[in-house]
Amino acid sequence: MQEITENKEFKPLIVAFCCNWCSYAGADLAGSSRLSYPANVKIIRVPCSCRVNPIFILKAFQRGADGVILCGCHPGDCHYSEGNYRTRRRMSLLFSMLNYLGIEKERTRVEWVSAAEGAKFSAVMNDFVKTITALGENKKLEDLRCKSKN
Amino acid sequence: MQRIGVFICHCGTNIAATVNVEKVTEALRKEPCVVFADNYQYMCSENGQQLIKNKIKEYNLTGIVVCACSPRMHEGTFRKTAEAAGLNPYMVEIANIREQCSWIHKDIDEATEKAVILGRTAIAKLTLNTPLTAGETGVTKRALVIGGGIAGIQCALDIADAGYEVDIVEKRPTIGGRMSQLDKTFPTLDCSACILTPKMVDCAQSEKIKLFTYSEVEEVKGFVGNFKVKIKKKARYVDETKCTGCGVCMANCPSKKGLNAFNMNLNTRPAIYIPFAQAIPNVAVIDPEQCIKLKTGKCGLCQMKCGVGAIDYTQKDEYVDREYGAIVVATGFKPIDLTNFNEYGYADNKDVITSLELERLMNAAGPTKGVLLRPSDNEHPKVITFIQCVGSRDVSGCGKPYCSKICCMYTAKHAMLIREKYPDTEVHVFYIDVRTPGKNYDEFYRRAVEQYGVDYIKGMVGKVYNENGKLMVQGSNLLDNTQVVIPSDLVVLATAIEPDPSVRDIASKLTISIDTNNFLTEAHAKLKPVECATAGVFLAGVCQGPKDVPETVSQASAAASKVIGLLAKDKLKGNPCVAHSDEMMCTGCSQCARVCPYGAITYEDKTFGRGANATVRRVAVVNPAVCQGCGACTVTCPSGAMDLHGFSSSQILKEIDFICKK
Amino acid sequence: MQIQELVLHKAEEYLASGKVDRVLAWKKGETFYDNSPAIFTKDNLNGFVYNEFCAPNLSKYLVNESKKEGKILVFLKPCDTYSFNQLVSEHRIDREKIVVIGLECQGMLDEKKIYNLGFKRIEKVEDGLDNIIITADGQQVQIKREELLSVKCVDCKSKEFAVADETIVVNEMKQPDKNSRFSVVSELEKMTEEERFKFWQNELSKCIRCNACRNVCPACTCTHCVFDNNKSGIAGKANSDSFEEKLYHIIRAYHVAGRCTDCGECSRVCPESIPLHLINRKFIKDINDNYGEFQAGKTVSEHNPLVDYTKGDCEPKEMVGK
Repeated sequence: MQEITENKEFKPLIVAFCCNWCSYAGADLAGSSRLSYPANVKIIRVPCSCRVNPIFILKAFQRGADGVILCGCHPGDCHYSEGNYRTRRRMSLLFSMLNYLGIEKERTRVEWVSAAEGAKFSAVMNDFVKTITALGENKKLEDLRCKSKN
Repeated sequence: MQRIGVFICHCGTNIAATVNVEKVTEALRKEPCVVFADNYQYMCSENGQQLIKNKIKEYNLTGIVVCACSPRMHEGTFRKTAEAAGLNPYMVEIANIREQCSWIHKDIDEATEKAVILGRTAIAKLTLNTPLTAGETGVTKRALVIGGGIAGIQCALDIADAGYEVDIVEKRPTIGGRMSQLDKTFPTLDCSACILTPKMVDCAQSEKIKLFTYSEVEEVKGFVGNFKVKIKKKARYVDETKCTGCGVCMANCPSKKGLNAFNMNLNTRPAIYIPFAQAIPNVAVIDPEQCIKLKTGKCGLCQMKCGVGAIDYTQKDEYVDREYGAIVVATGFKPIDLTNFNEYGYADNKDVITSLELERLMNAAGPTKGVLLRPSDNEHPKVITFIQCVGSRDVSGCGKPYCSKICCMYTAKHAMLIREKYPDTEVHVFYIDVRTPGKNYDEFYRRAVEQYGVDYIKGMVGKVYNENGKLMVQGSNLLDNTQVVIPSDLVVLATAIEPDPSVRDIASKLTISIDTNNFLTEAHAKLKPVECATAGVFLAGVCQGPKDVPETVSQASAAASKVIGLLAKDKLKGNPCVAHSDEMMCTGCSQCARVCPYGAITYEDKTFGRGANATVRRVAVVNPAVCQGCGACTVTCPSGAMDLHGFSSSQILKEIDFICKK
Repeated sequence: MQIQELVLHKAEEYLASGKVDRVLAWKKGETFYDNSPAIFTKDNLNGFVYNEFCAPNLSKYLVNESKKEGKILVFLKPCDTYSFNQLVSEHRIDREKIVVIGLECQGMLDEKKIYNLGFKRIEKVEDGLDNIIITADGQQVQIKREELLSVKCVDCKSKEFAVADETIVVNEMKQPDKNSRFSVVSELEKMTEEERFKFWQNELSKCIRCNACRNVCPACTCTHCVFDNNKSGIAGKANSDSFEEKLYHIIRAYHVAGRCTDCGECSRVCPESIPLHLINRKFIKDINDNYGEFQAGKTVSEHNPLVDYTKGDCEPKEMVGK
């Protein structure tokens, strides 16, 4: 109980990379279906999940993101036919490395959300925010300098 | 320094009710580079767009940010607006403050704050935008239609009629598809062959149409306007140019035990065969699995008997390379496999048949020459029970969750035809709902009930079992809440339909997405029903979703008109948001080409510097006409030489910066 | 004959016959341990050396050397040959212009470990195969070779030559135990996230961003490094905070993932003795465990686990923390 009271005021900053064809459309569908999720989730549109460079993810953490989530089309449904297969390998290895360096594995996530899965998008974001809120602020991978600047 | 204009849309109350647009306007006006900011009720309206155009000119804007609905909705609209005012269309960024803000947040302060952040982020991205110009490519004035059923035939005829060349690739030995297997068509009951065969003949006779039957698409390369397709012509073992379709070979073939797929395996055919009398091309084909000569080397009777020397046992699969500007997928459907449905006893009882099998049993060219005889003993069935929704609208996991759409109508057709031809036959139909939306459809169904006395029972069938030679159909009658058992002589299952399995392979070759039921996904469910997300690829017929003949023909013509519209253009404008490599940074390591799904990247040895300082380096070169802009290469490139227009690394990093500003 | 003479003769023979114009080998330094890569010609073979202090992997130097006129002979230890193949795969060196002579290697030595023995003045270090004979402070001691091995040789990946036109091997080279290579990575994996974070925080905070690891790495051969590219958003700068060095090392390791042959040069040259190879080795272990065993540079091939995929690959959540 104590932990929960401590985290009451903490609103994590979530950066969500969404592929244009499935997940961004899924987020739009969540919107048009009025399926809410916390406002601290901010979406960056990319053409395909395979456009997301590990540098982007690390930079988001450096700039103070508490969690980073990458959403793409379901494997097999990529608009570019194989982009998300590459994403899957890249992110598996990157996230495994981050965890190896001691970063909580819950802070990074990959989810496959189709254009039809507005409900899933909203549920995933709610769940992710809940997880990160419980985890607390990202201190291990944050550039203190960047934070103090603003 | 850019001069940016920011335009915030109220979207009526869709945005303005949850986002304080005035506050957003005030906040964004203070951002660096912003010289103008205003809000308006409907930015996408004529007046809204005019406002944008006026301000672009008035303030000499170099770029605009529109805070409105999803870019998937109106990015194109605002790009055109900008272009009309003399601005490069790629100097436009959209902040999605409707779907991803006002519609999902209730708290006005919170939503307003988020809208400001999204607006700032879009402005920050825009400061790094550069004007982009789309490249132009030529268009090959020929179309490919994959599938030679009624959808493919209609589509090809329409395209040919407009004066363009079109090829049909059909995997079976003849065109005609499922419609050629039907006996009569609803709601007019005209004979299927009578309306289909003239169209098949038109295809064969058209100078513009080339048929590749018994062929498959092997490989697809290229892009809209410039597809390069390898077609595999499977060996027929019969020279198409010589065969006259006389049928002597069929009569003399000693291997007659092949299942006749055209007749739904209800009878047999010889190893060398013509699928049906009206086949186009009317040319025999040898089933290599069944032919004695091909399997053992002995026989050769058909070759001896053939008067024109058309038989060639040495024929090999042949590959043909063709170029196309557009591709239509019309791969059709098949009834689902019924192995999961033990309750209907399909596997155990010969007299439990599918509706498509019934079509063949009632057809004059079918195994019983059109006399309705049941398969087990060739007797006239006196009591026939139809069961609808077999595998359709089934969420148990055994069948399909969707409505197959055609079953209600063809069951009414079957019931009516049987009562007409054999008035002493008793016909029952178990149904969940009778769905008859369509011109003259409900009238058709009512005729079956009222005029032909077909017994419609609302209810599901629990079990079909054999008792003393009778098929006992046990079901419930929901209207009077009773259990009924109908002893029947023949049970017909209105089996759900699903996309032809070949569709998966075609979809991956053409990079079309597939839904959970294996139907191909159109570009927009409402507004782009025949287009695909892959430019230059169109859909017709059941491969996109269940539909009947009239609907299929309409969709085929719609796809044809899209193809004609595309082929009518001499030049196509490409997507300028493609990858590009900085040759000064490129190391030529070749990893990017490995991850490119389109083969858009090649390497060149390039000389840098002059005279004694000249060095030759291997560098990557992107073909902008082939690149589709996925960005896979940008991440693979270790030096960061590869970048993507419109979604450059520095733009995305800037977005991250602004989103994370606390 | 001692291996040093055999190697020198081979160099002389090739140069004299005109089959090659230059030889890439090691040159004796001022002290007993600081042998460094050097180019030798027919007219100048001064300081030519091959002994237990020739750890530098010469492959990377071929990127520039093979661009020059004429043919070149290179001496490669077994582990260096993998880097060579990888560079050929990436079109970084011109195989046609190079003669590869594979050399016996019993494991190179770490001078820091010798100094740590506490001698005041070291006169001579001799290679006695299983033992190293050190003459220092007026006495002679024998130390077991494995106690003095360079960090890159402790977990040697292979004594097989991935490529060689000729080899010079006098004494048999014992194949290393394949499984021991990942034991330290496994130990780290078994720790809690917090413990691992502390371990790496402690190690990586020593980083002074001297870029030695990058400069020596045979997989880091970009014409312009992403850390020198202002547009990349991560252009190199001195470490200004605790995040900076992590980002640098993660990205560097990620960029060479699937291409890193595990030659260990990064750890060898690190002035702060950060075990950088443990980062690269984690990628290699994850790749082996999840995508099938892969040794970069085993053959000349464009195949690489990070540009390939299979439809049945595991999901990130199935790999992370497992």
